[in-house]
Amino acid sequence: MKPLALSAFTATSCLGRGLDATLAALEGERTGLAPCAFETVQLETCVGEVPGVDEERLPAELEEFECRNNRLALLGLRQDGFEATVRSLARRLGAKRIGVWLGTSTSGILETELAYRRRDAASGALPKDFRYRGAHNTFSLAAFVQRALGLEGPAAVISSACSSSAKVFASARRAIEAGLVDAAVVGGVDSLCLTTLYGFHSLQLVARAPCRPFDAARDGLSIGEAAAFALLERAVARPSADAVLLLGTGESSDAWHMSAPHPEGRGASAAMRQALVAAHLAPADVDYINFHGTGTPSNDAAEARAVAAVLGARTPGSSTKGATGHTLGAAGGLEAVICALALRHGLMPGGVGTKVPDPELAVSYLLGNRRAPLKHAMSNSFGFGGSNCSLIFGRAG
Amino acid sequence: MSAVLTAWIEGVSLVGPGLPDWAVAVRVLAGRVPYEPRPTVIAPLECLPPAERRRTGKVVRLALTVGLEAVTRAGADATSLPAVFSSSGGDGENCHEICQVLAGSDRQISPTRFHNSVHNAAAGYWGIATGATAASNALCACDASFGAGLLEALAQVRIEETAVLLIAYDAAYPEPLRSARPIPDAFAVALLLTPAMRPGSLARLTAEPTDAPAEILADSQLELLRGSVPAARSLPLLRRVAREEHAEVVVDYLEKQRLALEVSPCR
Repeated sequence: MKPLALSAFTATSCLGRGLDATLAALEGERTGLAPCAFETVQLETCVGEVPGVDEERLPAELEEFECRNNRLALLGLRQDGFEATVRSLARRLGAKRIGVWLGTSTSGILETELAYRRRDAASGALPKDFRYRGAHNTFSLAAFVQRALGLEGPAAVISSACSSSAKVFASARRAIEAGLVDAAVVGGVDSLCLTTLYGFHSLQLVARAPCRPFDAARDGLSIGEAAAFALLERAVARPSADAVLLLGTGESSDAWHMSAPHPEGRGASAAMRQALVAAHLAPADVDYINFHGTGTPSNDAAEARAVAAVLGARTPGSSTKGATGHTLGAAGGLEAVICALALRHGLMPGGVGTKVPDPELAVSYLLGNRRAPLKHAMSNSFGFGGSNCSLIFGRAG
Repeated sequence: MSAVLTAWIEGVSLVGPGLPDWAVAVRVLAGRVPYEPRPTVIAPLECLPPAERRRTGKVVRLALTVGLEAVTRAGADATSLPAVFSSSGGDGENCHEICQVLAGSDRQISPTRFHNSVHNAAAGYWGIATGATAASNALCACDASFGAGLLEALAQVRIEETAVLLIAYDAAYPEPLRSARPIPDAFAVALLLTPAMRPGSLARLTAEPTDAPAEILADSQLELLRGSVPAARSLPLLRRVAREEHAEVVVDYLEKQRLALEVSPCR
C-alpha cells in the first residue's frame, strides 16, 4: 500500500488527557487502573475510568448527541489541537473530502441501560427524554464527531468488538486510495457501561486486581475507556523525520468461535502476515509490537503463538493494557497512538503490572521501558467473533 | 482523482416482508406481479453446528440466509470471500433482554447474550458457518447503513482487487425500543461484487457521492418499506437489477450525501 501520514493524533484515557499526559504516564510506567467505583456497579474489579467525563457538556446545537460516549469523544477531540487541525484541513480540501471512520463497541448504550430503570410502570415505555439516534445507536459516535468537526464526507462506525478502531485505519486507507476522500478522521471511542462490565464478568474473563498481560499468573482483563483520534492523509514526498506513517494493514477472520480465539492464533497470524506484505517489510524489520494482550489466559497464549510463528521470538513487545485497561472498541485507536508516541520518542513502553512473564509464551516481553530508536511498530487488535486486525506504523526518517 | 467506484454484481439475494427470496423479489420488482406485504419469514439455518444454531437470534439467521443465497446463486466459494456486514441496529431483541436484566436487581447476564451483543455477531457466525477466514467487516451508519456498506464493499473490490460479499440487514426492535425506533419488519439484501466481468456477471455497477435526492419508488407499499427499513434503501437499485435495464439511479445515504449509481446489465 501507499503510506499514509498521521498528520495529527491524540488520545485520552485513564492515563490522562492528550499526548503529553499519556507520554508522561508511559515514561513513568504508571497505571491508570483503580478499583471500580463506576455508577452502581458492584463488581470486584479494577477499571480505567477517565476522570471528569460527565462534567463535559456538548454544545447546545449538538445536544441530541448527549451521552457519556460522546462527552468522552468531545473531550478527546479538544486535546492537542486536533479539532483545529481538522477544521483547517477541511477549509483547504472541502468538508465533503474528509471522511470519518470510527470504532466503538457500545456507543451510548449506557443511556439505554439507565433508561430501562425508568420505564413507565404501567406501559413499560421508555422515558420521553430517551434518545435513540443520538445516544443508543452505534453510529451516534461518527455522526457526532462529523457534526462537531463540521465535516460532510462519507462516514461510518466500524463495530467489530475489540478490533473496531484498528479496522477503521484499513477502511479509511482504502477510501483514500480509491479517491473517495482526500483525508480521514479515524480512531475510536468506548466508554464504561454495564453491558461490558457485567458481560465480561459473566464470561469469567475479568481480573480482580489490575490485569497482568502475558504474566504466568494472569487471570483476566481490566476494562477501560478511551477516546483516540488520528488524521490520515496521503504522505508527502519528503515527510519530516519524525512524521508517523501508516505503512500496512491486515485483516482476517478466525472462523472458529464467538468469544474464544483460535488456539493457534490462525487468524492473528494471517492478519500480521498481510500487514507485513502491505508494508513491504520483512518480519525482522518490526522493532516493537504492541500486543493485543488482554490478560486472559487463552487470548495471550493464542497471540504469543501467532507472533512467534510470524515474527519469531525476538521482537520486543508489550501490552499497554496493564496501564490503560482494555478499552475495547477504542483499543486499536489508543494503541495506534501509543505506537506513534513510541516511534516519535524512541520509547518501547514496558508492560505495566506484569511481573513474571509466562515462560510458555515464546515472545520477548518487555517488563520495563526500553529506549531505542524505532523505525517500525506493529499493533495487534483481535475481537469477539474472531475479527483480527494488525497495523504497521513507521517513522519517516 | 475520480471518486467513481466500479464493480460487477455476480450474485444477489433478498429477504423481506412479502419477499421470501430473490426469485419472488424479481417478479415483484420487475412489476410482473403486485407487491403484497406479509410478515418476513426467516428460515431456520442448517449450516451452523447445532450448538451454535441454538445460540443465534433471528437477526443473525436473516443475515446468513441472504449471504448464503447470494453466494450459492453465484456459485462462489465463501471460504476465501471477504464480507462486509452493515446493519443500522444489529440484534435489537438481544439488546432488549440485556438491558432488562441490567435494570433488575440481579445483573447476571447470560454469557451467550453478551457475546451475541457485539455488532459483528452476524460476521462471527458467518465465519463459523462457512469457514470464511478472509477479512470481514461490521458497519453501522444508522439510516445510511446500506450506502455505507456499499461504499466499503466497492472500495475493497477496487483496492484489494477481490470479490466482496455485501450483506445489509435490519430487523424490528421489540418494545419499548420499537417505539423509539419503529422499524416495522426484517429486511436483508446481499450482493456479491467482483472487480471484473465474469461469465456469471449480472450487471456492472458504478457509484459516486452526489447531492441529488434519492429516488422514490412509485409503488406506495414498496416506498413505505424503503423509507422505514435502512437496508431497504437498496430497493431502487435492486429494481433495476431485477428489470435488467440500463439505468442511473440515486440511492439514499447520509443526510448530506446520496449515492449516484449506474447499473448496466451484462446480458
